Amino acid sequence: MAMNNVGRPTASVANDAAAPTTFSGARGLLQPTSLIFETGSIDRTGVDLPPVKGVTARLGGLARQTSTGNPGLSEPEAVRHYVRLSQRNYAIDLGMFPLGSCTMKHNARLNEKMARLPGFADVHPLQPVSTVQGALGVMDQLSHWLITLTGMKAVALSPKAGAHGELCGMLAIRAALDAQGQAHRRRVLVPESAHGTNPATAVQCGFIVDEIKAAPDGRVDLSDLKTKLGDDVAGIMLTNPNTCGLFERDIREIADLIHASGGYFYCDGANFNAIAGRVRPGDLGVDAMHINLHKTFSTPHGGGGPGSGPTVLSDALAPFAPVPYVVTRADGTLDLVEHEADSDGEPFGRMVAFHGQMGMYTRALTYMLSHGADGIKQASEDAVLNANYVQACLKEHMSPAFDGVCMHEALFDDSWLEGTGVTTLDFAKAMIDEGYHPMTMYFPLVVHGAMLIEPTESESKASLDAFIASMTGLAKAAKSGDTARFTGAPYHAPVKRLDETRAARKPVLKWAPPVEPAKIAAE
Amino acid sequence: MRYLPLTPSDREQMLAKVGVASIEDLFLDVPEIARLDGPIHDLPFAQGELAVERHMQRLSNGSVAAGSVPFFCGAGAYRHAVPASVDHLIQRSEFLTTYTPYQPEMAQGTVQTLFEFQSQVAGLLACDVANASMYDGSTACAEAVVMAARVTKRTKVVFSGGLHPHYRRAARTLAKHSGLEIAGLPIAINDEAAVLAAVDQNTACVVVQCPNVFGTLTDFTELAKAVQAKGALLIAVFTEAVAFGLITPPGEMGADIVAGEGQSIGNSLNFGGPYVGLFATKDKYVRQMPGRLAGETVDADGTRGFVLTLSTREQHIRRDKATSNICTNSGLCALAFTIHMTLLGDKGLKHLAQLNHEAACEAADAVSSIQGVELLSDSFFNEFAVRLPGDAAKAVEAMAAHNVLGGVPYSRLRQEPGFENVLLIAATETTTAEDIASLADTLKKVI
Repeated sequence: MAMNNVGRPTASVANDAAAPTTFSGARGLLQPTSLIFETGSIDRTGVDLPPVKGVTARLGGLARQTSTGNPGLSEPEAVRHYVRLSQRNYAIDLGMFPLGSCTMKHNARLNEKMARLPGFADVHPLQPVSTVQGALGVMDQLSHWLITLTGMKAVALSPKAGAHGELCGMLAIRAALDAQGQAHRRRVLVPESAHGTNPATAVQCGFIVDEIKAAPDGRVDLSDLKTKLGDDVAGIMLTNPNTCGLFERDIREIADLIHASGGYFYCDGANFNAIAGRVRPGDLGVDAMHINLHKTFSTPHGGGGPGSGPTVLSDALAPFAPVPYVVTRADGTLDLVEHEADSDGEPFGRMVAFHGQMGMYTRALTYMLSHGADGIKQASEDAVLNANYVQACLKEHMSPAFDGVCMHEALFDDSWLEGTGVTTLDFAKAMIDEGYHPMTMYFPLVVHGAMLIEPTESESKASLDAFIASMTGLAKAAKSGDTARFTGAPYHAPVKRLDETRAARKPVLKWAPPVEPAKIAAE
Repeated sequence: MRYLPLTPSDREQMLAKVGVASIEDLFLDVPEIARLDGPIHDLPFAQGELAVERHMQRLSNGSVAAGSVPFFCGAGAYRHAVPASVDHLIQRSEFLTTYTPYQPEMAQGTVQTLFEFQSQVAGLLACDVANASMYDGSTACAEAVVMAARVTKRTKVVFSGGLHPHYRRAARTLAKHSGLEIAGLPIAINDEAAVLAAVDQNTACVVVQCPNVFGTLTDFTELAKAVQAKGALLIAVFTEAVAFGLITPPGEMGADIVAGEGQSIGNSLNFGGPYVGLFATKDKYVRQMPGRLAGETVDADGTRGFVLTLSTREQHIRRDKATSNICTNSGLCALAFTIHMTLLGDKGLKHLAQLNHEAACEAADAVSSIQGVELLSDSFFNEFAVRLPGDAAKAVEAMAAHNVLGGVPYSRLRQEPGFENVLLIAATETTTAEDIASLADTLKKVI
């Protein structure tokens, strides 16, 4: 059957006119969105529940008399609302997401499927341990992988995210110092290139932060470190590979220095993904290190969590690990030590209700089993190779912050933009128009106008080449005076550049019903 | 390796472009002593999907799923029916595989849902302002305590004896290193008077819970006034968010900070995590809050949009002077919460809460009619405490042998003399009349 196309034009017509504003507010596939408070209603619901029975309430006179004010949507409306919103997000599944320090690698869907198995997802944290042997098995096997990959003595699984893992490691250090009668050691050395979480964590543990300078090669300035050592130093918090994407080549010496002075070595493991399977932090003299399961072992970032920050501990710190933890009984069954009094060690306490991020443990273990010791090593190597390839291809157009090879991320400063009228922020916004999530910008603080690019091992060479071509095009445009491309960017995103100053000056942090025009007139 | 796109020839070409002979040359900064000669020993090599799935399935089979037996565990984690669309929507690539909306122009989906989440949480708890989530209820509670100390510039913290023991321990861990003095009151089913008596001139806050760990409901309105008159803050904790569909929310009782667990809306049990901490307070304290905040603004064309805001409170800007070290929060769990809440609406939430309360009333009647079992909670929402004639942990083990997960013994949370026989029993809309009959029959058999 032939289609009836009588009168239908078959060729496109060239049209240079500006795009008209649509009547619907849509822009083709990009649908308009509103807030649920504008489309929902207080008496609508998208959940069908059985009728109530009318049992006499036993609420002790505390029955709620007010509305929550939260509107409901029917299921089709709700699904459409969230699908439309989702289409205003960029994601790894759409394209390269080179956000340095955040490790946006592919999230395998097998991991999602496994996390939803009922023996993990539909078990309560306080069921009798005899009924949760499978869930405890995941924790036990994950611990084995983490301890073996890091060459450490023990792991505390319960920290809920990277910063929480930092807290765990630093509290273990504090407990160890207290146990040695060294409670006066309160100063913690933190390089100025560190993640903001490091100094914030140290302060939460009751420590005082003392910054160490960076050397011109982007690494810790050893001479500055030596001058800051003393018998009041509790330890050092050092990221390795560091936030400049460089391996701290003096790390053994740093560890020896800090140990000789009576302090401990906390390693921020945010960048473990560059060396996992190739280097064991235990061989570098580390006493405690958190591991971001959502980075190195690819549990999904979910728009800002949940994370998971298991913290590996050295022989010296292992006895101070917090409760709860898993143990194997003589009969081979697994058990939980949940009370400090039941522990053989000297736990510094408890960090969370229950046992930590089980849903992330299952995903990370699935990742590990899929990759194996060989695949984890290969993944680290590919991540490092990809970053070096990007650096090598872009260094003629942009200015690398430091000479030489990098680890898993390539860091540029903004000196190459000097005189163009384009800032790092403008450049980042222009990348949005190119269809890329911008790199991390203005971090680390030690590099002016920093641009930190982390491609991860998930990108193919073709994907990297496309990215490099786009970045090269932008770099040339910036230098050739095509300033408007940057300062007005993004042009092609669902919204234009957003006014962050206004948001902070007069914060609107929740929806409020619009004031009726009559009321405004009356005032 | 199915997850790694580079081919051996890609790698060769790329190494050549970088200008090195082998991958080893990129790792020369690693001290020689720490260089490994091959993959780490004692770990298996890569496996295909089928083999991995078999391994994980075998592990999963080693647990008794809550949905497969009569189930009455609560104590901070609750089993509810989550609509299928919730899990489907949170698995959309654009939500699942994105990150903290640092570039709001390409993350409006995430920032707007956070704004809606904050609005819903504020409405649920009847508070001025809520943040974009914390790790879970217990860490939210801990952060609330140190925030109260910042606000009042005082150093003593009073914990009610009705507070969930895990929350108390987690808060204590954080508080004691911030130089705070802890006044933990004896474990009690209701200790309003003792809480007030413990407040002195150096008290930063009192931490109370409603419904408390024994299920008991307490009106804190007068306590809040009295505590505030002494210059301290009242922190109201909760572990079951569905409760506020039916009971007076903490904001209406005058709480200064509200911190609790949002798991029971939109999220599975997950053996304890990930969950989603809810955190709300009064407008005047917003700049002392921990965690991310989404706010409304406009773009260059004047179109409404949303951004993360007030970040000068946070570690990535303020470093050692930040209000908290928190960075990643519970984004995806908050999304599940907000989608489920949108499906429920005020009407559905109230209905759901009523069903929960009715199930708990029926379970309480069935259990307390057993000879020797004493109901300890005279008011409750969907969870109550009973005293058994013998050890509660042993009774729970014995019930599990009959395939009934009959609740949480209080001793599992805290080993406290005099509370060995206390059992916490929760019922929700998922609890059937048959489940309640099984619980009563089995409990009668084992005690």
